[in-house]
Amino acid sequence: MNDVRIAGVGLTTFGRYPERTGRDLFAEAALAARDEAGISREDYDEVHYGNFMGELAEGQGHQGPVVAEAAGLDCPATRYESACASAGVAFRQAVQTIRGGGADVVLVGGMERMNNLGTSEVTRSLAIAADELFEVRAGVTFPGAYALMARAYFDEFGGDNEDLAHIAVKNHANAMTNEYAQFHREITVEDALESPVVADPLTLYDACPITDGASAVVLVSGDYADENGLDAPVRVAGSGQGGDKAALQDREYLAQTPAATKAAEMAYADAAISPDDVDVAEVHDCFTIAEVLALESLGFYEPGEGIGAAARGETTSDGDLPVNLSGGLKAKGHPVGATGTAQVVEMTKLLRGDHANSDAVPDARVGVTHNAGGTVASAVVHVLEVMN
Amino acid sequence: MADAGYDDWLAAIADVAEQGSAARETQSRDGEGYYLACPDGHGSLPPRRSCPHCASDELTEESLAETGEIVTFTEVHVPAPSFADEAPYVTAIASFGPVRLTGVVRDVPRSDVELGMKVSPDVDVNATTGEQVLVFRPADE
Ligand SMILES: [Zn+2]
Repeated sequence: MNDVRIAGVGLTTFGRYPERTGRDLFAEAALAARDEAGISREDYDEVHYGNFMGELAEGQGHQGPVVAEAAGLDCPATRYESACASAGVAFRQAVQTIRGGGADVVLVGGMERMNNLGTSEVTRSLAIAADELFEVRAGVTFPGAYALMARAYFDEFGGDNEDLAHIAVKNHANAMTNEYAQFHREITVEDALESPVVADPLTLYDACPITDGASAVVLVSGDYADENGLDAPVRVAGSGQGGDKAALQDREYLAQTPAATKAAEMAYADAAISPDDVDVAEVHDCFTIAEVLALESLGFYEPGEGIGAAARGETTSDGDLPVNLSGGLKAKGHPVGATGTAQVVEMTKLLRGDHANSDAVPDARVGVTHNAGGTVASAVVHVLEVMN
Repeated sequence: MADAGYDDWLAAIADVAEQGSAARETQSRDGEGYYLACPDGHGSLPPRRSCPHCASDELTEESLAETGEIVTFTEVHVPAPSFADEAPYVTAIASFGPVRLTGVVRDVPRSDVELGMKVSPDVDVNATTGEQVLVFRPADE
Protein backbone atom coordinates (compact mmCIF):
# COMPACT_ATOMS: atom_id res chain seq x y z
CA MET A 1 0.00 0.00 0.00
CA ASN A 2 1.38 3.41 -1.00
CA ASP A 3 1.98 6.00 1.67
CA VAL A 4 0.07 9.28 1.24
CA ARG A 5 1.73 12.61 1.95
CA ILE A 6 0.52 16.21 2.00
CA ALA A 7 2.54 18.31 -0.45
CA GLY A 8 0.62 21.57 -0.32
CA VAL A 9 -2.40 23.24 1.29
CA GLY A 10 -4.48 26.32 0.52
CA LEU A 11 -7.48 28.23 1.86
CA THR A 12 -9.50 31.29 1.04
CA THR A 13 -10.17 33.57 3.95
CA PHE A 14 -13.56 32.42 5.21
CA GLY A 15 -16.32 35.00 5.33
CA ARG A 16 -19.11 36.68 3.39
CA TYR A 17 -18.46 36.94 -0.35
CA PRO A 18 -21.94 36.98 -1.87
CA GLU A 19 -20.60 38.38 -5.15
CA ARG A 20 -17.82 35.84 -5.69
CA THR A 21 -18.45 32.76 -7.83
CA GLY A 22 -17.77 29.30 -6.50
CA ARG A 23 -15.23 28.63 -9.20
CA ASP A 24 -13.29 31.76 -8.21
CA LEU A 25 -13.31 30.80 -4.54
CA PHE A 26 -12.03 27.32 -5.35
CA ALA A 27 -9.40 28.67 -7.73
CA GLU A 28 -7.93 30.83 -4.97
CA ALA A 29 -7.55 27.90 -2.57
CA ALA A 30 -6.41 25.46 -5.25
CA LEU A 31 -3.75 27.78 -6.69
CA ALA A 32 -2.39 28.40 -3.19
CA ALA A 33 -2.12 24.65 -2.60
CA ARG A 34 -0.59 24.05 -6.03
CA ASP A 35 1.89 26.87 -5.48
CA GLU A 36 2.99 25.38 -2.18
CA ALA A 37 3.37 21.90 -3.72
CA GLY A 38 5.28 23.14 -6.75
CA ILE A 39 4.23 20.16 -8.86
CA SER A 40 3.94 20.59 -12.62
CA ARG A 41 0.48 20.65 -14.13
CA GLU A 42 1.03 17.51 -16.21
CA ASP A 43 1.62 15.37 -13.12
CA TYR A 44 -1.87 15.88 -11.64
CA ASP A 45 -3.84 12.66 -12.11
CA GLU A 46 -7.22 13.60 -10.63
CA VAL A 47 -9.29 16.25 -8.87
CA HIS A 48 -11.57 15.18 -5.99
CA TYR A 49 -13.94 17.93 -4.90
CA GLY A 50 -16.60 18.39 -2.23
CA ASN A 51 -19.65 20.62 -2.59
CA PHE A 52 -23.09 20.39 -0.99
CA MET A 53 -25.59 22.90 -2.37
CA GLY A 54 -24.16 24.16 -5.65
CA GLU A 55 -27.38 23.48 -7.55
CA LEU A 56 -29.34 25.63 -5.11
CA ALA A 57 -26.76 28.41 -4.67
CA GLU A 58 -25.52 28.79 -8.23
CA GLY A 59 -27.68 26.54 -10.40
CA GLN A 60 -24.50 24.65 -11.13
CA GLY A 61 -24.38 20.88 -11.19
CA HIS A 62 -21.45 18.84 -12.57
CA GLN A 63 -18.99 21.04 -10.75
CA GLY A 64 -15.96 18.73 -11.04
CA PRO A 65 -14.86 19.85 -14.49
CA VAL A 66 -15.78 23.48 -13.74
CA VAL A 67 -13.47 23.70 -10.73
CA ALA A 68 -10.67 21.61 -12.25
CA GLU A 69 -10.54 24.14 -15.06
CA ALA A 70 -10.58 26.98 -12.54
CA ALA A 71 -7.65 25.33 -10.75
CA GLY A 72 -5.73 25.27 -14.04
CA LEU A 73 -5.79 21.50 -14.35
CA ASP A 74 -6.62 19.20 -17.24
CA CYS A 75 -7.48 15.84 -15.65
CA PRO A 76 -10.53 13.82 -14.55
CA ALA A 77 -12.50 15.60 -11.82
CA THR A 78 -15.26 14.23 -9.59
CA ARG A 79 -17.57 15.97 -7.16
CA TYR A 80 -18.59 14.30 -3.90
CA GLU A 81 -21.73 15.23 -1.97
CA SER A 82 -22.20 14.08 1.62
CA ALA A 83 -23.68 17.24 3.12
CA CYS A 84 -21.19 18.87 5.52
CA ALA A 85 -18.86 15.89 5.11
CA SER A 86 -18.53 16.35 1.34
CA ALA A 87 -14.86 17.37 1.37
CA GLY A 88 -13.94 14.85 4.05
CA VAL A 89 -15.38 12.11 1.86
CA ALA A 90 -13.56 13.51 -1.18
CA PHE A 91 -10.33 13.49 0.83
CA ARG A 92 -10.82 9.87 1.91
CA GLN A 93 -11.49 8.83 -1.69
CA ALA A 94 -8.31 10.60 -2.80
CA VAL A 95 -6.32 8.87 -0.06
CA GLN A 96 -7.67 5.48 -1.06
CA THR A 97 -6.99 6.11 -4.74
CA ILE A 98 -3.32 6.92 -4.05
CA ARG A 99 -2.96 4.04 -1.61
CA GLY A 100 -4.31 1.65 -4.22
CA GLY A 101 -1.89 2.86 -6.85
CA GLY A 102 -4.54 4.56 -8.96
CA ALA A 103 -2.87 7.98 -8.82
CA ASP A 104 0.33 9.67 -7.61
CA VAL A 105 -0.84 13.28 -7.46
CA VAL A 106 -4.38 14.37 -6.55
CA LEU A 107 -5.80 17.81 -5.90
CA VAL A 108 -8.56 17.45 -3.32
CA GLY A 109 -10.68 20.20 -1.84
CA GLY A 110 -14.10 21.71 -1.50
CA MET A 111 -16.09 24.89 -1.89
CA GLU A 112 -19.37 26.36 -0.73
CA ARG A 113 -21.04 29.59 -1.72
CA MET A 114 -23.92 30.43 0.63
CA ASN A 115 -24.25 34.14 1.34
CA ASN A 116 -25.66 34.97 -2.09
CA LEU A 117 -28.81 33.32 -0.69
CA GLY A 118 -30.64 34.99 2.21
CA THR A 119 -30.83 33.41 5.67
CA SER A 120 -34.23 31.91 4.88
CA GLU A 121 -33.04 30.24 1.65
CA VAL A 122 -29.85 29.05 3.37
CA THR A 123 -32.00 27.51 6.11
CA ARG A 124 -34.03 25.73 3.43
CA SER A 125 -30.90 24.60 1.60
CA LEU A 126 -29.15 23.25 4.69
CA ALA A 127 -32.29 21.38 5.72
CA ILE A 128 -32.08 19.15 2.64
CA ALA A 129 -29.31 17.24 4.42
CA ALA A 130 -32.08 15.90 6.68
CA ASP A 131 -34.67 13.27 5.68
CA GLU A 132 -37.10 15.10 3.40
CA LEU A 133 -40.21 12.95 4.04
CA PHE A 134 -39.89 12.38 7.76
CA GLU A 135 -37.92 15.38 9.05
CA VAL A 136 -38.04 18.39 6.72
CA ARG A 137 -41.82 18.13 6.30
CA ALA A 138 -42.14 18.13 10.10
CA GLY A 139 -40.23 21.39 10.37
CA VAL A 140 -36.76 20.04 11.16
CA THR A 141 -34.11 22.62 10.30
CA PHE A 142 -30.35 22.06 10.58
CA PRO A 143 -30.16 23.90 13.94
CA GLY A 144 -33.43 22.22 14.95
CA ALA A 145 -31.95 18.76 14.35
CA TYR A 146 -28.95 19.49 16.58
CA ALA A 147 -31.31 21.03 19.13
CA LEU A 148 -33.18 17.71 19.24
CA MET A 149 -29.85 15.98 19.92
CA ALA A 150 -28.80 18.57 22.53
CA ARG A 151 -32.01 18.20 24.53
CA ALA A 152 -31.71 14.41 24.37
CA TYR A 153 -28.09 14.72 25.58
CA PHE A 154 -29.01 17.00 28.50
CA ASP A 155 -31.78 14.58 29.46
CA GLU A 156 -29.62 11.47 29.28
CA PHE A 157 -26.29 12.75 30.63
CA GLY A 158 -26.83 16.20 32.15
CA GLY A 159 -25.01 19.38 31.19
CA ASP A 160 -26.53 22.71 30.24
CA ASN A 161 -26.30 25.80 28.06
CA GLU A 162 -23.45 27.18 30.13
CA ASP A 163 -21.31 24.14 29.28
CA LEU A 164 -22.05 24.73 25.60
CA ALA A 165 -21.26 28.44 25.96
CA HIS A 166 -17.73 27.58 27.11
CA ILE A 167 -17.19 25.76 23.80
CA ALA A 168 -18.23 28.84 21.81
CA VAL A 169 -16.01 31.08 23.95
CA LYS A 170 -13.03 28.75 23.43
CA ASN A 171 -13.44 28.54 19.67
CA HIS A 172 -13.91 32.30 19.27
CA ALA A 173 -10.72 32.82 21.32
CA ASN A 174 -8.79 30.40 19.11
CA ALA A 175 -9.92 32.18 15.92
CA MET A 176 -8.51 35.53 17.05
CA THR A 177 -5.08 34.84 15.57
CA ASN A 178 -6.26 32.82 12.56
CA GLU A 179 -6.13 35.17 9.58
CA TYR A 180 -8.38 32.81 7.58
CA ALA A 181 -11.19 32.85 10.17
CA GLN A 182 -14.55 34.54 9.58
CA PHE A 183 -14.75 35.97 13.12
CA HIS A 184 -12.06 37.82 15.04
CA ARG A 185 -14.17 38.68 18.03
CA GLU A 186 -13.81 37.32 21.54
CA ILE A 187 -17.06 36.49 23.29
CA THR A 188 -17.98 35.75 26.88
CA VAL A 189 -20.14 33.04 28.41
CA GLU A 190 -22.71 35.74 29.14
CA ASP A 191 -22.74 36.86 25.48
CA ALA A 192 -23.46 33.32 24.41
CA LEU A 193 -26.16 32.69 27.01
CA GLU A 194 -27.93 35.94 26.16
CA SER A 195 -27.88 35.48 22.37
CA PRO A 196 -31.22 34.90 20.60
CA VAL A 197 -32.73 31.43 20.51
CA VAL A 198 -32.45 29.73 17.11
CA ALA A 199 -33.95 26.37 18.05
CA ASP A 200 -34.14 25.81 21.78
CA PRO A 201 -32.02 24.87 23.66
CA LEU A 202 -29.56 26.20 21.05
CA THR A 203 -28.92 29.92 20.64
CA LEU A 204 -27.20 31.98 17.96
CA TYR A 205 -23.79 31.54 19.60
CA ASP A 206 -24.16 27.77 19.62
CA ALA A 207 -24.32 27.86 15.83
CA CYS A 208 -21.66 28.21 13.16
CA PRO A 209 -22.10 31.18 10.80
CA ILE A 210 -23.12 31.16 7.14
CA THR A 211 -19.82 31.11 5.28
CA ASP A 212 -18.41 31.35 1.77
CA GLY A 213 -15.03 29.78 1.19
CA ALA A 214 -12.87 27.05 -0.27
CA SER A 215 -10.04 24.76 0.74
CA ALA A 216 -7.58 22.59 -1.16
CA VAL A 217 -4.86 20.02 -0.48
CA VAL A 218 -2.32 18.43 -2.82
CA LEU A 219 -1.87 14.75 -1.96
CA VAL A 220 1.00 12.71 -3.36
CA SER A 221 2.23 9.15 -3.00
CA GLY A 222 5.28 8.64 -0.79
CA ASP A 223 7.20 7.38 -3.81
CA TYR A 224 6.37 10.47 -5.83
CA ALA A 225 7.40 12.73 -2.94
CA ASP A 226 10.72 10.93 -2.53
CA GLU A 227 11.53 10.72 -6.24
CA ASN A 228 10.85 14.43 -6.68
CA GLY A 229 12.46 15.58 -3.48
CA LEU A 230 9.26 17.21 -2.22
CA ASP A 231 9.06 18.87 1.15
CA ALA A 232 6.00 16.99 2.43
CA PRO A 233 6.53 16.38 6.15
CA VAL A 234 2.96 15.39 7.04
CA ARG A 235 1.53 11.99 6.08
CA VAL A 236 -2.01 10.68 6.16
CA ALA A 237 -1.59 7.83 8.61
CA GLY A 238 -5.19 6.77 9.04
CA SER A 239 -8.58 7.08 7.36
CA GLY A 240 -12.03 5.94 8.46
CA GLN A 241 -15.67 6.48 7.55
CA GLY A 242 -18.92 5.56 9.22
CA GLY A 243 -22.63 5.85 8.42
CA ASP A 244 -25.95 5.93 10.24
CA LYS A 245 -29.65 6.12 9.39
CA ALA A 246 -30.59 9.41 7.72
CA ALA A 247 -33.38 10.44 10.10
CA LEU A 248 -32.80 10.94 13.82
CA GLN A 249 -36.07 9.12 14.58
CA ASP A 250 -34.65 5.93 13.07
CA ARG A 251 -31.38 5.97 15.05
CA GLU A 252 -30.52 3.77 17.98
CA TYR A 253 -29.03 6.80 19.77
CA LEU A 254 -30.18 10.42 19.89
CA ALA A 255 -27.32 11.63 22.09
CA GLN A 256 -24.40 9.70 20.58
CA THR A 257 -22.91 9.57 17.09
CA PRO A 258 -21.91 5.97 16.34
CA ALA A 259 -21.05 6.81 12.71
CA ALA A 260 -18.19 8.97 13.99
CA THR A 261 -17.23 6.36 16.58
CA LYS A 262 -16.90 3.79 13.81
CA ALA A 263 -14.93 6.21 11.61
CA ALA A 264 -12.57 6.97 14.49
CA GLU A 265 -12.00 3.33 15.37
CA MET A 266 -11.27 2.58 11.71
CA ALA A 267 -8.84 5.50 11.38
CA TYR A 268 -7.04 4.69 14.64
CA ALA A 269 -6.63 1.03 13.63
CA ASP A 270 -5.39 2.14 10.22
CA ALA A 271 -2.79 4.41 11.84
CA ALA A 272 -2.01 1.90 14.60
CA ILE A 273 -2.64 4.46 17.33
CA SER A 274 -5.05 4.91 20.22
CA PRO A 275 -6.92 8.07 21.28
CA ASP A 276 -4.21 8.62 23.93
CA ASP A 277 -1.66 9.20 21.15
CA VAL A 278 -3.54 12.21 19.73
CA ASP A 279 -1.93 15.59 20.47
CA VAL A 280 -4.41 17.94 18.80
CA ALA A 281 -7.83 17.70 17.10
CA GLU A 282 -9.97 19.64 14.63
CA VAL A 283 -13.59 18.51 15.05
CA HIS A 284 -16.88 19.28 13.35
CA ASP A 285 -18.51 21.84 15.69
CA CYS A 286 -21.28 23.05 13.37
CA PHE A 287 -23.09 23.50 16.71
CA THR A 288 -21.47 23.49 20.14
CA ILE A 289 -23.21 20.23 21.05
CA ALA A 290 -21.59 18.65 17.97
CA GLU A 291 -18.12 19.25 19.46
CA VAL A 292 -19.21 17.35 22.56
CA LEU A 293 -20.51 14.41 20.53
CA ALA A 294 -17.29 14.44 18.47
CA LEU A 295 -15.00 14.31 21.52
CA GLU A 296 -16.91 11.30 22.81
CA SER A 297 -16.94 9.47 19.48
CA LEU A 298 -13.20 10.10 19.06
CA GLY A 299 -12.63 8.26 22.34
CA PHE A 300 -11.28 11.23 24.26
CA TYR A 301 -14.22 11.05 26.68
CA GLU A 302 -16.81 8.49 27.68
CA PRO A 303 -20.38 9.26 26.55
CA GLY A 304 -21.75 11.96 28.84
CA GLU A 305 -18.35 13.27 29.97
CA GLY A 306 -17.37 15.46 27.02
CA ILE A 307 -19.87 18.20 27.80
CA GLY A 308 -17.70 19.83 30.47
CA ALA A 309 -14.34 19.54 28.65
CA ALA A 310 -14.13 23.17 27.53
CA ALA A 311 -15.43 24.54 30.84
CA ARG A 312 -12.78 22.49 32.67
CA GLY A 313 -10.07 23.89 30.39
CA GLU A 314 -9.09 20.49 28.99
CA THR A 315 -9.71 21.36 25.33
CA THR A 316 -8.69 25.03 25.41
CA SER A 317 -5.46 26.14 23.73
CA ASP A 318 -3.55 25.62 26.99
CA GLY A 319 -5.35 22.37 27.87
CA ASP A 320 -4.11 18.80 27.62
CA LEU A 321 -5.83 18.26 24.28
CA PRO A 322 -6.42 21.48 22.35
CA VAL A 323 -9.51 21.14 20.16
CA ASN A 324 -10.29 23.43 17.24
CA LEU A 325 -7.25 25.68 17.49
CA SER A 326 -8.35 27.05 14.11
CA GLY A 327 -11.49 28.47 15.73
CA GLY A 328 -13.53 25.50 14.53
CA LEU A 329 -16.60 25.76 12.36
CA LYS A 330 -18.03 28.01 15.07
CA ALA A 331 -15.60 30.91 14.60
CA LYS A 332 -13.43 30.01 11.61
CA GLY A 333 -16.64 29.49 9.63
CA HIS A 334 -18.37 26.60 7.86
CA PRO A 335 -18.49 26.73 4.07
CA VAL A 336 -20.24 23.38 4.17
CA GLY A 337 -18.66 21.48 1.28
CA ALA A 338 -15.19 22.93 1.98
CA THR A 339 -14.98 22.16 5.68
CA GLY A 340 -13.53 18.64 5.59
CA THR A 341 -10.40 19.64 3.70
CA ALA A 342 -10.22 23.00 5.50
CA GLN A 343 -9.73 20.98 8.70
CA VAL A 344 -6.91 19.07 6.99
CA VAL A 345 -5.30 22.37 5.91
CA GLU A 346 -5.43 23.75 9.46
CA MET A 347 -4.12 20.49 10.97
CA THR A 348 -1.28 20.25 8.46
CA LYS A 349 -0.13 23.74 9.40
CA LEU A 350 -0.49 23.02 13.13
CA LEU A 351 1.71 19.93 12.75
CA ARG A 352 4.26 21.62 10.45
CA GLY A 353 4.56 24.48 12.91
CA ASP A 354 3.49 27.26 10.55
CA HIS A 355 -0.04 27.82 11.89
CA ALA A 356 -0.82 30.98 13.84
CA ASN A 357 -1.63 28.73 16.81
CA SER A 358 1.20 26.20 16.42
CA ASP A 359 2.81 27.56 19.57
CA ALA A 360 -0.03 25.98 21.56
CA VAL A 361 1.16 22.53 20.43
CA PRO A 362 4.93 22.84 19.80
CA ASP A 363 5.61 19.12 20.16
CA ALA A 364 2.51 17.80 18.43
CA ARG A 365 3.16 14.77 16.22
CA VAL A 366 -0.33 13.28 15.76
CA GLY A 367 -3.46 15.21 14.81
CA VAL A 368 -7.00 14.07 14.13
CA THR A 369 -9.67 15.63 11.90
CA HIS A 370 -13.36 14.78 12.35
CA ASN A 371 -15.85 15.81 9.65
CA ALA A 372 -19.58 15.04 9.91
CA GLY A 373 -22.49 15.18 7.46
CA GLY A 374 -26.04 16.12 8.45
CA THR A 375 -26.74 14.95 11.99
CA VAL A 376 -23.75 12.60 11.63
CA ALA A 377 -25.39 10.15 9.28
CA SER A 378 -22.01 10.46 7.53
CA ALA A 379 -18.69 10.80 9.36
CA VAL A 380 -15.08 10.83 8.23
CA VAL A 381 -12.02 10.77 10.50
CA HIS A 382 -8.39 11.16 9.46
CA VAL A 383 -5.14 10.80 11.38
CA LEU A 384 -2.26 13.03 10.26
CA GLU A 385 1.29 12.43 11.45
CA VAL A 386 4.51 14.40 11.25
CA MET A 387 7.27 12.32 9.69
CA ASN A 388 10.69 12.06 11.31
CA MET B 1 -46.48 15.85 -6.01
CA ALA B 2 -47.52 12.38 -4.94
CA ASP B 3 -45.27 10.16 -2.86
CA ALA B 4 -46.48 6.58 -3.14
CA GLY B 5 -46.35 4.68 0.13
CA TYR B 6 -45.77 7.75 2.27
CA ASP B 7 -49.05 9.41 1.24
CA ASP B 8 -51.04 6.26 2.06
CA TRP B 9 -49.33 6.04 5.43
CA LEU B 10 -50.15 9.65 6.26
CA ALA B 11 -53.76 9.18 5.09
CA ALA B 12 -54.15 6.22 7.45
CA ILE B 13 -53.02 8.33 10.40
CA ALA B 14 -55.42 11.10 9.35
CA ASP B 15 -58.31 8.61 9.22
CA VAL B 16 -57.66 7.45 12.75
CA ALA B 17 -58.00 10.97 14.02
CA GLU B 18 -61.20 11.62 12.08
CA GLN B 19 -62.95 8.44 13.17
CA GLY B 20 -62.10 8.92 16.81
CA SER B 21 -61.56 6.36 19.50
CA ALA B 22 -64.71 4.35 18.69
CA ALA B 23 -63.31 3.35 15.31
CA ARG B 24 -59.97 2.41 16.83
CA GLU B 25 -61.64 -0.06 19.13
CA THR B 26 -63.05 -2.09 16.23
CA GLN B 27 -59.55 -3.57 15.67
CA SER B 28 -60.11 -3.14 11.95
CA ARG B 29 -56.95 -2.66 9.88
CA ASP B 30 -58.80 -0.16 7.69
CA GLY B 31 -58.35 3.44 8.69
CA GLU B 32 -55.66 2.81 11.28
CA GLY B 33 -52.23 4.25 11.59
CA TYR B 34 -49.62 1.60 10.87
CA TYR B 35 -45.94 0.84 10.74
CA LEU B 36 -44.02 -1.90 8.99
CA ALA B 37 -42.66 -4.84 10.96
CA CYS B 38 -40.30 -7.64 10.00
CA PRO B 39 -40.52 -11.17 11.52
CA ASP B 40 -37.92 -10.13 14.13
CA GLY B 41 -40.14 -7.27 15.29
CA HIS B 42 -38.07 -4.38 13.92
CA GLY B 43 -40.21 -1.37 13.06
CA SER B 44 -39.87 0.99 10.09
CA LEU B 45 -41.95 3.40 8.02
CA PRO B 46 -42.97 3.30 4.35
CA PRO B 47 -42.02 3.42 1.56
CA ARG B 48 -39.83 0.45 2.41
CA ARG B 49 -38.97 -2.81 0.65
CA SER B 50 -36.73 -4.33 3.27
CA CYS B 51 -36.13 -3.97 7.00
CA PRO B 52 -33.46 -1.33 7.62
CA HIS B 53 -32.30 -3.25 10.70
CA CYS B 54 -31.97 -6.81 9.37
CA ALA B 55 -32.77 -6.63 5.62
CA SER B 56 -35.73 -9.01 5.84
CA ASP B 57 -38.15 -8.42 2.95
CA GLU B 58 -41.10 -9.95 4.80
CA LEU B 59 -42.66 -6.69 5.95
CA THR B 60 -46.21 -6.56 7.27
CA GLU B 61 -48.38 -3.61 8.28
CA GLU B 62 -48.98 -3.49 12.02
CA SER B 63 -51.16 -1.12 14.04
CA LEU B 64 -49.43 1.98 15.31
CA ALA B 65 -49.96 2.61 19.02
CA GLU B 66 -52.57 5.31 19.67
CA THR B 67 -50.25 7.23 21.95
CA GLY B 68 -46.55 7.83 21.99
CA GLU B 69 -44.15 9.59 24.31
CA ILE B 70 -42.04 12.63 23.47
CA VAL B 71 -38.34 11.70 23.68
CA THR B 72 -36.93 15.03 22.52
CA PHE B 73 -38.20 18.32 21.12
CA THR B 74 -37.16 21.80 20.05
CA GLU B 75 -38.93 25.09 19.59
CA VAL B 76 -37.74 26.41 16.23
CA HIS B 77 -37.45 30.20 16.04
CA VAL B 78 -35.63 30.46 12.69
CA PRO B 79 -37.74 28.47 10.22
CA ALA B 80 -37.23 27.32 6.67
CA PRO B 81 -39.45 29.21 4.16
CA SER B 82 -41.95 26.34 4.21
CA PHE B 83 -42.65 27.04 7.90
CA ALA B 84 -42.42 30.84 7.80
CA ASP B 85 -45.96 31.35 9.12
CA GLU B 86 -45.64 28.64 11.75
CA ALA B 87 -42.62 29.95 13.69
CA PRO B 88 -42.04 29.64 16.52
CA TYR B 89 -43.23 26.05 16.47
CA VAL B 90 -42.31 22.91 18.37
CA THR B 91 -41.02 19.85 16.51
CA ALA B 92 -40.74 16.65 18.52
CA ILE B 93 -39.65 13.06 18.15
CA ALA B 94 -42.06 10.68 19.88
CA SER B 95 -41.63 6.99 20.55
CA PHE B 96 -44.45 4.61 19.61
CA GLY B 97 -42.63 1.45 20.65
CA PRO B 98 -41.10 -0.20 17.59
CA VAL B 99 -40.99 3.13 15.68
CA ARG B 100 -40.45 6.78 16.44
CA LEU B 101 -42.19 9.60 14.54
CA THR B 102 -41.21 13.23 14.03
CA GLY B 103 -44.02 15.79 14.08
CA VAL B 104 -45.11 19.31 14.93
CA VAL B 105 -46.70 19.66 18.37
CA ARG B 106 -50.16 21.27 18.25
CA ASP B 107 -52.85 22.25 20.77
CA VAL B 108 -50.46 22.79 23.68
CA PRO B 109 -48.42 25.86 24.68
CA ARG B 110 -44.63 25.52 24.43
CA SER B 111 -44.29 25.94 28.19
CA ASP B 112 -46.36 22.79 28.72
CA VAL B 113 -44.37 20.60 26.32
CA GLU B 114 -42.05 18.27 28.21
CA LEU B 115 -40.09 15.09 27.79
CA GLY B 116 -42.21 12.03 28.49
CA MET B 117 -45.43 13.80 27.49
CA LYS B 118 -48.04 11.48 25.94
CA VAL B 119 -49.17 12.46 22.44
CA SER B 120 -51.36 11.13 19.64
CA PRO B 121 -50.37 11.43 15.98
CA ASP B 122 -52.62 13.29 13.57
CA VAL B 123 -52.40 15.06 10.24
CA ASP B 124 -52.98 18.77 9.94
CA VAL B 125 -52.30 21.56 7.45
CA ASN B 126 -49.02 23.48 7.27
CA ALA B 127 -50.18 27.10 7.57
CA THR B 128 -47.47 28.30 5.18
CA THR B 129 -47.69 25.79 2.35
CA GLY B 130 -51.19 24.37 2.76
CA GLU B 131 -49.66 20.90 2.58
CA GLN B 132 -50.22 18.04 4.99
CA VAL B 133 -48.03 17.84 8.06
CA LEU B 134 -47.72 15.13 10.70
CA VAL B 135 -48.64 16.62 14.08
CA PHE B 136 -48.79 15.46 17.68
CA ARG B 137 -51.67 16.43 19.95
CA PRO B 138 -51.83 15.86 23.70
CA ALA B 139 -53.26 12.38 24.31
CA ASP B 140 -56.46 12.06 26.31
CA GLU B 141 -55.48 10.55 29.62
ZN1 LIG C 1 -35.74 -6.58 10.82
